Amino acid sequence: MSGPARWSPARPYPGGPETFAFTPAYREQAEKHIRKYPPGRQASAVKALLDLAMRQMEEETGARWLPRAAMEHVADILEMPRIRVYEVASFYTMFKTRPVGRHHLQVCTTTPCWLRGSDAVLAACRKAAGNVPDGEISADGMFSVEEVECLGACVNAPVLWVGDGFYEDLDGPATERILEALRRGERPPYGSAIGRMGSAPEGGPTTLTDLPTPPEKTPAE
Amino acid sequence: MLADKDRIFTNLYGQHDWRLAGARARGDWDGTKELIAKGRDWIVEAVKDSGLRGRGGAGFPTGLKWSFMPKQQGERPHYLVVNADESEPGTCKDRDIMRFDPHKLIEGCLLAGVGMGAHVGYIYIRGEFYQEYKHLQHAIDEAYEAGLIGRNACGSGFDFDLYVTRGAGAYICGEETALIESLEGKKGMPRLKPPFPAAVGLYGCPTTVNNVESIAVVPTILRRGPAWFASIGRPKNTGTKVFCISGHVNKPCNVEEALGIPMRELIERYAGGVRGGWDNLLAVIPGGSSVPLLPKEICDTVLMDFDSLREVKSGLGTAAVIVMDKSTDVIAAIARLAKFYKVESCGQCTPCREGTGWMWRVMERMVRGRAEIEEIDVLEQVTRQVEGHTICALGDAAAWPIQGLIRHFRPLMEERIRAAKAGRARPMPMAAE
Repeated sequence: MSGPARWSPARPYPGGPETFAFTPAYREQAEKHIRKYPPGRQASAVKALLDLAMRQMEEETGARWLPRAAMEHVADILEMPRIRVYEVASFYTMFKTRPVGRHHLQVCTTTPCWLRGSDAVLAACRKAAGNVPDGEISADGMFSVEEVECLGACVNAPVLWVGDGFYEDLDGPATERILEALRRGERPPYGSAIGRMGSAPEGGPTTLTDLPTPPEKTPAE
Repeated sequence: MLADKDRIFTNLYGQHDWRLAGARARGDWDGTKELIAKGRDWIVEAVKDSGLRGRGGAGFPTGLKWSFMPKQQGERPHYLVVNADESEPGTCKDRDIMRFDPHKLIEGCLLAGVGMGAHVGYIYIRGEFYQEYKHLQHAIDEAYEAGLIGRNACGSGFDFDLYVTRGAGAYICGEETALIESLEGKKGMPRLKPPFPAAVGLYGCPTTVNNVESIAVVPTILRRGPAWFASIGRPKNTGTKVFCISGHVNKPCNVEEALGIPMRELIERYAGGVRGGWDNLLAVIPGGSSVPLLPKEICDTVLMDFDSLREVKSGLGTAAVIVMDKSTDVIAAIARLAKFYKVESCGQCTPCREGTGWMWRVMERMVRGRAEIEEIDVLEQVTRQVEGHTICALGDAAAWPIQGLIRHFRPLMEERIRAAKAGRARPMPMAAE
């Protein structure tokens, strides 16, 4: 499971913070996640806490990534052996174990997106990042690029994932417009670049065209 | 054609309010208390009678699965776990249910909980679905506030807690035991079965894992009656299904239709037809990336249900229809799937860990024709060495697309090798990967 945006937690990423601790606000959110699970099963919250750590890193440094100090903080909170947390951090692709750009551009290139032109989306992202190798950060710190596997939005392919949402129904020029907006500090709304409603066909739904009413019920037996 | 009144997901496209008020207006949470009062056995029998088969890929009868849970709760609590780790390439139906019809899923969780004696449910949603997670969590908060779930859910006397938990990027966690491992805070590596989750599942307790769509259709089945659901579709392949039509069609979309609809009708009526017309069709992957592709001749007549697609050596899977027109380099399309499985293999079983990488590398050479004709047979044999020799079905899923390619497009693969040979003098070394 190694890739350009991965770094083995076996040693800390050079230049990462020496220490990490949740702010009170993040700590409170962490406790909310821990409470979802039975007593003694707090390890179930490990992915949620690692995600929170990355979000705090983003707030503090501008890059949503997971330094080893944060893994250790999470291990301490959950009373888990550190190696168990390192394992989780290196197994799941959403945990970025080395720094990423201010906007980490994750382009789906699996077959359904590829059939609809993800090559052009990927090319636009790489160009915006100054053609640095995938996983590395552009000179201005704005972008890093990663090819990812199916994002589960295949009828709105091709799809670009930035931050917490998907840009859908893209082509090269549409991707460039989004990236330019991001560079200007704007956050274009997520969703279809061609104005589609969810997963409905282009031009609007051809089913469910009547206002929904409660369905019929069979008489009680 | 399925009438709108027989569609279950009436807010599939998000054209209406997804919150509680909107859901109630569409008929959700109507008489839930009375359904719960009919009891556990009645619910399980009704789901069995409806003929509902799991919507996550394997097509196992849902009611039967529920009946495997212990009849009485002993010292260990029972758990319902909903598999919302939708990651099968081509599939994007659970996403719509969770972002636009979350209350159908939540009400289904409560009723399924009654059906299996589970007072706690976890919905495991893939980490990439953050917006969908927000909607789902908001809907759960609404349901708690309205007394629909939690203590004395709907005033029924049944307690039911429901939580959402997020994945973090791993296709393998869609496999039910890997999902359980992941939910326990570990790497998502599948467990050996038996014991099955109904005996030893989450935290070692009896657990049933169901797909989002399987659970979300339950309230409507119970309200309208199993006979209504069973009257749609074909024998043993009953009910409605959300199909995802992607790839080379004029208007990709999701649509809920009856199982057993002809593939051609599905594509032409709802997705605007194949780009360049039906005769421009090359092949279709009918059920998500894990099932073998079908060439046009079969697509002309095949019906979209579990058994019809199995008869043509493919499968309904998740009903994710990936369409490829004649402009497609189908070898490259399958090679990309081989890469997908190589990336997503958890690495636990040697045949899969090594085999997926090997198959991908050979497929990459096949794309360029830099291979020997005999290597097609070697590749086929290796897929057989991976298939059936791993703890979970990911090994099978990695093998089948390649087997489908060789079965239907072998002449194309040979032609490419010959063309590449014609362009170069020296023979390639045999597959010594």
